[in-house]
Amino acid sequence: MPRWLRHTLLTVVPVIAAAALLPLGYSNQLLLFNFVVFLTLAQGVNVIYGFTGYLPFGYVGFFGAGAYGFSLCVLHLHMAPLAALGVGAAAAILLGLLLTPLLRLSGAYFAIANLAASLAVYQVVSNPNLENITKGPYGISLSGVFNPTLAYSVAVLILAATLGLAVYLRNSRFGLSLQAIREDAISASMAGIDVVRSRTLAWLLSALVAGLSGGVFAWYVSVFYPETVFSPEFSIFAIVFALFGGVATVTGPILGVIILYGIYNAIGISTPQYFQLLYGLLIMGLVLFLPNGLVSLFKRWGIDVP
Amino acid sequence: MAPELLHACGLESGYGRVQVLWGTELVVREGETVVLLGANGAGKTTLLKVLMGLLEAWRGELRFAGADIAHTRTDRRVRSGIAYMSEIGCFPGLTIEENIRIGGQFMTAAALRARIDELYAIFPAIAQRRKALASSLSGGQRKMLGIAKALAGNPRLLIMDEPSAGLSPLFVKEVIRALEGFRGQGLSFLIAEQNVKFLELADRVYTLEGGRIGFEGSVAAMHENDALRRAYFGLK
Repeated sequence: MPRWLRHTLLTVVPVIAAAALLPLGYSNQLLLFNFVVFLTLAQGVNVIYGFTGYLPFGYVGFFGAGAYGFSLCVLHLHMAPLAALGVGAAAAILLGLLLTPLLRLSGAYFAIANLAASLAVYQVVSNPNLENITKGPYGISLSGVFNPTLAYSVAVLILAATLGLAVYLRNSRFGLSLQAIREDAISASMAGIDVVRSRTLAWLLSALVAGLSGGVFAWYVSVFYPETVFSPEFSIFAIVFALFGGVATVTGPILGVIILYGIYNAIGISTPQYFQLLYGLLIMGLVLFLPNGLVSLFKRWGIDVP
Repeated sequence: MAPELLHACGLESGYGRVQVLWGTELVVREGETVVLLGANGAGKTTLLKVLMGLLEAWRGELRFAGADIAHTRTDRRVRSGIAYMSEIGCFPGLTIEENIRIGGQFMTAAALRARIDELYAIFPAIAQRRKALASSLSGGQRKMLGIAKALAGNPRLLIMDEPSAGLSPLFVKEVIRALEGFRGQGLSFLIAEQNVKFLELADRVYTLEGGRIGFEGSVAAMHENDALRRAYFGLK
């Protein structure tokens, strides 16, 4: 069996089957929806950080751009949600294109510049002087297109496509080129890799993932404030989940979301004090003993983790 | 005489306002092994950077296989047949097989597969550990992997920056033996070194001094020159 097919059967198929079937027997659809969003975002972080080596502290900027691109089309142009989703994705890609010069930075400099960029976008969107366009700080209400069941299904499709992208990167030359860039960009160019083109493509793909995710999030919740969709928590959670499970694999970010977001929902809201303690301990333990994430355990045992 | 493969003429370059290369001339012919000798700071690495396109040539001519490559991007130079092996040689965080795949990532899948098998047959020590991370290899094995990675894309010219760096004399011998196996297959080498052991391989030698070519000729001619003998072989 080809490696990509094995990886698809072991990761994409079970996750998508669970996401599609769980709503039939489990009534808290919002919780499942949030899982789907974080599974998607963690893979988006995986594309640009895990494979390519750029830590996107401002990843939520693309999510917010997608949410607002979607919402403004629905509000002002009365677009159908699926078409508006395309515009949300385009808005995120446009923002990504605007930020491509940041890719000349590396390490902490890139992370900080990206964080600053996402805050700048947030400030523009929430500016009261733009109330006529963005509704400023007063937030968006899209009651006309409210359809959580359909939005959930679309979110699952977006997750499936994103997981497919991760499987592709795990098994393709393009994914390998990205990993070479992550290791050392100059050596990568001296191995014949077009570094600028490859890293830009990875950056835009990860922007696309977050933009689609933000758009479908706006559709699902329908009522939100700028600080909801530009909350740094999205970036931090997605990064921590991906790192916890192990980046540059398909499985790692999935495990990270299921375990950490699972714990968050089990005890994070009812007993936040214990949750913080447990979270802190888990993350410290991981950084100390498994800096490459949970999946590095399997790798250590010689198992080819998808 | 075999046709010229790499032709550099009057190269000038440097960093900011500091000029390092002062009209460097260098030719590598098809199938030829050329060793570029020079002490630390002579401009070897700068010259290699200009040849690879990591540093712009301020002035001068640079041709590869007849084509002007003075303003060609690094990755395109590599794809046109110039492979480069740095002192580190490989990506330590990737597996051995992934390293070799990266070296040949612009070939067709079937050609790459065949090439990888060929290289594994030549370097059995790394073949046994193809799924292991390159960081788990010893210094000598990493050089072997570096050579395999650089040759994976079937280049016409392999440029090497100090292949002896960080190696014990025993491993230097092994690297030389491995390179010897590839000579006479139409492949050309340009090896920048301080270690005169590599002269065993050389068809021709250049010495680089203060950014200028000092001597150009055969190893035998170099031995006949008293000043060079003292400078590079430490003989009286």
